[in-house]
Amino acid sequence: MGMTISEKILASHAGGECVRPGELILVRVDLALANDVTGPLAIERFGEIGVPDVFDRDRIVFVADHFTPSKDVASARQCQRLRQFARAHRLTHYYEGGDAGVEHALLPEKGLIVPGDLVVGADSHTCTYGALGAFATGVGSTDLAAVMASGEIWLRVPESIRVILRGELQEWVEAKDLILFLIGQLGVEGARYCALEFTGPTLSHLGVAGRMTMANMAVEAGAKNGIFAPDEAVEAYLKPRTDRKGTYLKSDPDANYRDVKEVNAAALGPQVALPFSPDKVVPVREAGEIQIDQVVIGSCTNGRIEDLRSAARVLLGRRAVSSVRLIVLPATQECYGRALEEGLLAVFLNAGAVIGPPTCGPCLGGHMGILAPGERAVATTNRNFPGRMGDVKSEVYLTNPAVAAASAVLGRLATPDELF
Amino acid sequence: MELKFRGKAWKFGSNIDTDVIIPACYLTSYDPKELAAHCMEAVDPAFSKNCLPGDILVADWNFGCGSSREHAPIAIMGAGVSCVVAKSFARIFYRNAFNTGLPLVEAPGNVVDRIQTGGFVEVDLQKGILTLGGTGESFPLQRIPEFMRDLLAAGGLVPYVRNRLFQKGRTCPS
Repeated sequence: MGMTISEKILASHAGGECVRPGELILVRVDLALANDVTGPLAIERFGEIGVPDVFDRDRIVFVADHFTPSKDVASARQCQRLRQFARAHRLTHYYEGGDAGVEHALLPEKGLIVPGDLVVGADSHTCTYGALGAFATGVGSTDLAAVMASGEIWLRVPESIRVILRGELQEWVEAKDLILFLIGQLGVEGARYCALEFTGPTLSHLGVAGRMTMANMAVEAGAKNGIFAPDEAVEAYLKPRTDRKGTYLKSDPDANYRDVKEVNAAALGPQVALPFSPDKVVPVREAGEIQIDQVVIGSCTNGRIEDLRSAARVLLGRRAVSSVRLIVLPATQECYGRALEEGLLAVFLNAGAVIGPPTCGPCLGGHMGILAPGERAVATTNRNFPGRMGDVKSEVYLTNPAVAAASAVLGRLATPDELF
Repeated sequence: MELKFRGKAWKFGSNIDTDVIIPACYLTSYDPKELAAHCMEAVDPAFSKNCLPGDILVADWNFGCGSSREHAPIAIMGAGVSCVVAKSFARIFYRNAFNTGLPLVEAPGNVVDRIQTGGFVEVDLQKGILTLGGTGESFPLQRIPEFMRDLLAAGGLVPYVRNRLFQKGRTCPS
């Protein structure tokens, strides 16, 4: 019997020929990741485990991105803890400040993940790297500490759900809309513990950035990982970034799936996830009149150069209405630099945007754009549970970057075609 | 660790996510008492003040969805909760809870529906039985694998891993 791509990667890291869903296996980890919020606790637990050193100083990545540049003394101390540990253990990959960015945009840029890798991260959106044909999943700090010590982790082999995407995207419809639509269909628990495997002809219209957007939000349907079989687009993306080749796997034709979902991508308009759940998804055009106070364009979901270009296309020659605070956060220093070169930052400035540093910031209610009671934001982020971006009585509407940009101009949730 | 719990129930709904369990603005600490002070405050400001040691948190579907923050089970344990009973749990929260030593109990929907805030619940993880305080009715639970009961008995993943590494000669006993 054949295996899915997720099963194949797990099998190869468990040192076996074959694995089946439901099996508990012990796997070798290629890369382990933590940030300034999850890292300090992982460091604490690592100390309690009591081994003299990490399993491999080239395979642990620490990124200071959540509450950075440090928003207060407590956050500064968390970064200090990460930094001190990284120095003491001579970690090859410690990123902060001018060499950094939001981790799930940064690691692919740095060429740290290749197809066939098995990656665990102390952050739920670690599943992003499935876009590169890796098996990547989020875990907590203590699990991460055990990996730092041993280089291994136990996992239950997930069932896979196959999602077949067909059709070309309409104008203003992006990868974000596809994944929002899917989460709306599945529900926040619909893919619980499963591998969400994306395939279909629409993929050739989705660049690597779009695939990252989709894999990023697999967790919002409860999935263990999101994954795309790697192809020439991934190869071209990685070529300038790493010498490592990786293993290009795909699911066998006779692999077993728990479910197969077909999505007619061509029939979709831009989508929005309404408060207070990522699965409360409707077409933007059916959401009604929703006045807003803030727009956030950024995050590990939609903060890459492709996302900034999409927003800039809408904002060029236009201004955010004065009642809306428009915040743009390029996801990495590299994105920021490219946005500068391409003239996108000028577009944002002229549109009245506040351009902030690469940071997770407002996405999780940290800093750089927190909401007061009763305020509403349209955001290109990934969650909108109560209190996500600020006061428990504030609301977050999740959209793609072009919709977010149009909403800033019109002062209400809106689609770009209203402006063209 | 005996893996038997009896306490007053605090009942919540479905999709209680980690932002509700412990908002991100408090994640500059992982101290259980500090976090406990804000546990569940978005949905029940009375919880953290009135939760007593040994109380049991009860919820519907998909408890703990959202972020990977281990601060979530830490906050719950800090509040004094002995275990969480729910119809289903999100996967990262499930791992984090066991790793931190917080027992989770997946119970059938119709059983969870019988439990309301203030009612007493008894859970025996060794035998796999849940008993309702009011009527004394008992229900079988899906038993968790032995190595996970060992993990809980050890007090979480760290002591469990230490014991195993000690057996392999890689570290000293605690």
